[in-house]
Amino acid sequence: MIQFQYERASTAQAAVNALTNNSNAKIIAGGTNLVDLMKRNVMAPNKLIDINALPLREIRQQDGKISIGAMALNSQVADDKLIMEKHPLLSQALNAGASAQIRNMASVGGNIMQRTRCHYFYDTALPCNKREPGSGCGALEGMNRMHAVFGTSEQCIAVHPSDMCIALVALDATVLVAGPKGERRIPFEEFHRLPGNQPEKDNTLQNNEMILSVEIPDNAFSKNSHYMKIRDRASYAFALVSVAAALNIDGKVIKEARLAMGGVAHKPWRLKEAEKALVGKPATEETFRQAAEIAMQGAKAYKHNAFKLKLGPNVIVEALKNAAGLV
Amino acid sequence: MDKNKSNKKPEKEDHQESRRDFLKASSILTAIAVAPATVAKAAEYNLGEKISAAFETTPVNLTINGAKKQLAVEPRSTLLDVLREQLNLTGTKKGCDYGQCGACTVHVNGQRVLSCLSLVVMQEGKEVTTIEGIAKGDELHPMQKAFIKHDGFQCGYCTPGQIMSGIACINEGHAETKEDIKEFMSGNICRCGAYPNIVKAIQEVKNGGQKS
Repeated sequence: MIQFQYERASTAQAAVNALTNNSNAKIIAGGTNLVDLMKRNVMAPNKLIDINALPLREIRQQDGKISIGAMALNSQVADDKLIMEKHPLLSQALNAGASAQIRNMASVGGNIMQRTRCHYFYDTALPCNKREPGSGCGALEGMNRMHAVFGTSEQCIAVHPSDMCIALVALDATVLVAGPKGERRIPFEEFHRLPGNQPEKDNTLQNNEMILSVEIPDNAFSKNSHYMKIRDRASYAFALVSVAAALNIDGKVIKEARLAMGGVAHKPWRLKEAEKALVGKPATEETFRQAAEIAMQGAKAYKHNAFKLKLGPNVIVEALKNAAGLV
Repeated sequence: MDKNKSNKKPEKEDHQESRRDFLKASSILTAIAVAPATVAKAAEYNLGEKISAAFETTPVNLTINGAKKQLAVEPRSTLLDVLREQLNLTGTKKGCDYGQCGACTVHVNGQRVLSCLSLVVMQEGKEVTTIEGIAKGDELHPMQKAFIKHDGFQCGYCTPGQIMSGIACINEGHAETKEDIKEFMSGNICRCGAYPNIVKAIQEVKNGGQKS
């Protein structure tokens, strides 16, 4: 790891100023991803701005929404009574990610900002347009078993790695950020971006902005939601495919539906067309199978990840069955 | 930098001396190659001796196994490296060093964390407990006894991390069932495959009344 300057920010404004004054500075929260990347020289900021002293750990109910501070720990949110009661999908997704130790360190803001685990991104001896723009994409013709099937470009086929973010995009969350000109809110679906010709940009946050909190609007999904994650081992591995499913069922008819997938795209992949196909239908396996087919339209496999085209719809159906209480 | 550190004695004084000697002995160009702008600038002005200042350490106060310590660390020093190299607490193991194996698990303010991904400068004022800090004198911690009784290890390399993680797993309330224990201990990898016996050890301590 190269040497760097270290500074503790006492206010969000101070952190934003420090970012504005040095484009090579990075915010550090839990450090579980950034320290790892710095050890491997994948990222090499010359200054770290520690925001652990900021009062951003609170989880509270506000008018019509729950606000989760950017510095709330992943384990804290997963075990929070309010979250478990109102958004069990989020709690479930958080506990499906990483390990107990990492969840005790990792913050909500850091989880949103985490980088892809694409091997080509991590290995500085190999080409990667995300790490080094213009160097090429090693995964495109290489080992691409873990890679995306939606929204890829010739520049990058990496996937977004978070579980938490799949639940948050399904729950219509909003990200509150602070920048030099004040605060702004970004709908979760617009926070992360597709790679296009700028795979080095994971999201739409500006270099001198920082996340303050995540807000989840109240909803009627708490009784019928499920996060299902399929991975190479039973625990502590990144998703091959994951699905966040949330239903509002009136009698046997689906009134509202939320559906998002992980492990398939450069961003948390919301399935709005499939959601539309669920609304007004009975909560049956047949309905779910039809929605899953719609969800997979436009998916494109590479040499080693064609299995995701079969796995994807099956996980959607199983997640919906679990959400609906059919299993 | 790891290469430069490898032959150093753990004591703090020696640690700093040898670093300074290395810096004096090495060429300015090497220093530029490994250091950021501040050092490059020092080199530019031909301030040989002052290059070491760029590697100068930051004071950090923390409590380790109940004893207050004032340390001088580089910002990039991990808690794991400082425990092992500066404080000679080698019970905490370096497995993967990238947060994938759990061998380096310690408690910070009572919570289990990975010391390999924790920068020491970020631990100011915190209480760190390592495997060396859980026994009371010669009386082993119940989890240590349970690991011995149930043969919860073969080679033993992951064991300090497993034990620290197991204690926290019960305290968190995540050891209610065998399935819970397996899920919430998944961050501790055991290459020997002693998992069934590790689960038994944790269950015994849980049923023996460790608070949860």
